[in-house]
Amino acid sequence: MSLLEIENLTLSIGGASILKGVDLSLEAGEVMAVVGESGSGKSMTALTLMQLLPPGSKTGGRVIFDGQDLLKASEADMLRLRGDDIGMVFQEPMTALNPVKTIGEQVAEGIRWHTRVGRAEAEQRAAAMLDRVGLPQSKFPLSRYPHQLSGGQRQRVVIAIACALNPKLLIADEPTTALDVVLQKQILDLLRDLVEEKRMGLLLISHDLAVVAEMADRITIMRHGEVVEAGETSAILQAKAHAYTKQLAEASAHVPSVRVAAAPKTTPSLATDAPRPLLEVQSLSREYPGRRTGIFSREAPFRAVRDVSFSVGHGQSVALVGRSGCGKSTLARVILALDRPTGGSITFDGQRIDILPDAKLRAARRNMQVVFQDPYGSFDPRHRVERLVSEPLHLLENKPDRDERRTLVETALEEVGLAASDMEKYPHEFSGGQRQRLSIARALITKPKLIVADEPVSALDVSIRAQVLDLFADLNARLGVAYVFITHDLTVARAITDDVLVMHDGEIVERGPTGAILDNPQSDAAKALVAAAPDLDRALAARSRTKRAEALRPISG
Amino acid sequence: MAVGLASGRPFLMIAYILKRLLIGAATLLLASAVVFAVMEVLPGDPAQVMLGMSATPEATANLREQMGLDQPLMWRYISWVGGLLVGDFGRSYTYSAPVSSLIAERLVVSLPLALMSLVLSTVIAIPVGIFSAARRGRLPDSIAMGTAQLGVAIPNFWFALLLIYVFAVGLQLVPSGGFPGWGGGIWNGLKSLILPSVALALPQAAILARVTRSALLDVLGEDYIRTARAKGLPRGRVLRRHALRNAMIPVLTILGLQFAFLLAGTIIIENVFYLPGLGRLVFQSITQRDLIVVEGVVMLLVASVIIVNVLVDLAYALVDPRLREAA
Repeated sequence: MSLLEIENLTLSIGGASILKGVDLSLEAGEVMAVVGESGSGKSMTALTLMQLLPPGSKTGGRVIFDGQDLLKASEADMLRLRGDDIGMVFQEPMTALNPVKTIGEQVAEGIRWHTRVGRAEAEQRAAAMLDRVGLPQSKFPLSRYPHQLSGGQRQRVVIAIACALNPKLLIADEPTTALDVVLQKQILDLLRDLVEEKRMGLLLISHDLAVVAEMADRITIMRHGEVVEAGETSAILQAKAHAYTKQLAEASAHVPSVRVAAAPKTTPSLATDAPRPLLEVQSLSREYPGRRTGIFSREAPFRAVRDVSFSVGHGQSVALVGRSGCGKSTLARVILALDRPTGGSITFDGQRIDILPDAKLRAARRNMQVVFQDPYGSFDPRHRVERLVSEPLHLLENKPDRDERRTLVETALEEVGLAASDMEKYPHEFSGGQRQRLSIARALITKPKLIVADEPVSALDVSIRAQVLDLFADLNARLGVAYVFITHDLTVARAITDDVLVMHDGEIVERGPTGAILDNPQSDAAKALVAAAPDLDRALAARSRTKRAEALRPISG
Repeated sequence: MAVGLASGRPFLMIAYILKRLLIGAATLLLASAVVFAVMEVLPGDPAQVMLGMSATPEATANLREQMGLDQPLMWRYISWVGGLLVGDFGRSYTYSAPVSSLIAERLVVSLPLALMSLVLSTVIAIPVGIFSAARRGRLPDSIAMGTAQLGVAIPNFWFALLLIYVFAVGLQLVPSGGFPGWGGGIWNGLKSLILPSVALALPQAAILARVTRSALLDVLGEDYIRTARAKGLPRGRVLRRHALRNAMIPVLTILGLQFAFLLAGTIIIENVFYLPGLGRLVFQSITQRDLIVVEGVVMLLVASVIIVNVLVDLAYALVDPRLREAA
């Protein structure tokens, strides 16, 4: 009998139908991936298993776990199962741990609660578990608080909590979405090892087919609360029988058609010919004072950006890639004059902006706009689109009157594929992808020569991401806007940029044409990024190799 | 948690405490300058103001000399602050007694009253806040919060009269007013403070309960609450073990503000119960234009507000490890 058998599961919350007859099964020791975009119901399926649904939820069907129907289980039964037989790992490691409790307390708590062992023994087991997930006591004692750990380390703590009592079923809901590619690979490897070691069943929830292609034995693809397709991983991904599966697979490796057409174009490579580049950064450094260790002593200053030089030509698109914490966002802030460098110079459009007083930065700010990662967080929810999009207009020398402003907003909205009538709406009336279009419209309204985009598509679903990348490519081709694209996602870099700068520990360690660098990385940092980046085709090729090897292996005993 | 304090660097915690104390001391000094300056810019001669229009020029000149008003401004400020530091608040003209002993006399009533009200309000409010948050949107929550709303709305003197009517006049359990002093036994003293402290505590408790509830509800939406639930902990335990401590910061802020109010903002209640507290001292000194007493009491209140704020800051650091390092 299967470890988990979901039959015709329905869920409605406050009358809205969320799940419409989901079927799914999982064996012990098996990895099942549930893939879908936001709103597909994949996370709600997981919360149904935990019986941690929001108030007002109604469920139907059957969820048989280890011989017991979870939909009929009492809260007391669920308390016994949660954290003991079923463990769960969540998406956002930065907020998943209680900030006022030590990691030791948080791992030991579940152990003490379920096994009723004493504090000392629970702490001993917690220490062993933390050691197993890669947080050895010598470097990460139990007395650490979450804020003293990085995102990847915190996710290891969450995994230690979930796996502390050797659950039969582990549910991981987008466990690596908030992490950079190298950390993503480490965490996925850890999960796979734990699953093999403890023969757990793993339900791995993800929006990214490439991520699960390497991990999963079987895949279930969901859309709008229904299972679209399910089956063995390589069969599903090779056949791409269902149109939606095909769409997901293609969207995750999408290259905008404008760029495909213009592919052989000979772009002025970094810091070579172009007589006067749009942006020129020379031996730029940004140091932060070290942490205080005594009244008169400090740690050595932290050098977030060290001696970085590069230039961006008019209409050129440059990717800045690197792991989280490599200094790429600091570099972007310094370029945008939101932060001052501690060394070096920045010349933008013929002007040294690093030494310009704030009051004289208007012209530079007008010609250099920014698009942030989080379209939800970058708008005031109480303002209408007209006001939000027209915000940068205060940078103009001649303030437009009301009619001119409306015309400018209209044009900007049309540039990004929205309607002029959208200017009367509020941000919550738009989807995530549309909101990112709004923030691009806001950036475009002053007709900038350069847009700095900090992870502009990483919060979006793959198919929406493809559309937004198309938009970026289109604006580049039509309006000649240059980009500095900050990303940890190499697919995005490949899709949209001419040149790439690879950053590591505050320095640029490799640079050149994007395709060439990503196909043939030289530096260790670039190699690590490329090797860790999920890649659907590579994963499938690896699978068929192991398959063949297994088929050729002589059958013994 | 012992573990919590021992971890991290002890230096950082000490630096945090020192920094708060220094800021507190600086604020106090600034406040003394402001209080002193306000007394200086009051129209007219303080001696004249205190004696009233009918005073003879000789009497005024006498008082001026007694108050040291003939000295240069800077010197007067320094000697005043110097006096405060050694507990010399000057002499009251109307009571012809040292201000410090007047304050001390009143403090033995006001301080226990404030502390009793504070403890009472905390003991009522936090459990009610937790109770309500755990039953959000259900009938018990609505009843508790409706009652709290009423507690905020009812004027405390009216509530005090009601208490006197029921417990002092009707049931005759406690005296209806006055304060016998601590000489006649602690219980006698406490007995006369029970009704006033209840009357003071209830509106405070009502506010504090609402703050506790809303802070808890904010915290209950956090991701780490879900993590705790996924460990298999029951709701109540998650609320107590994970949510409560995180919700304490706003609660502590309100508590600090309330203490300052309870120490001196109690004139009405002191009048209703005929208690010789600080509030009445200030009130009487103002009507009698005894500026030296007013100055002294105001400085004492400023100092107590600042000290309570320093204590609240330290409590923040105990609650939240991140603040220990942000020193």
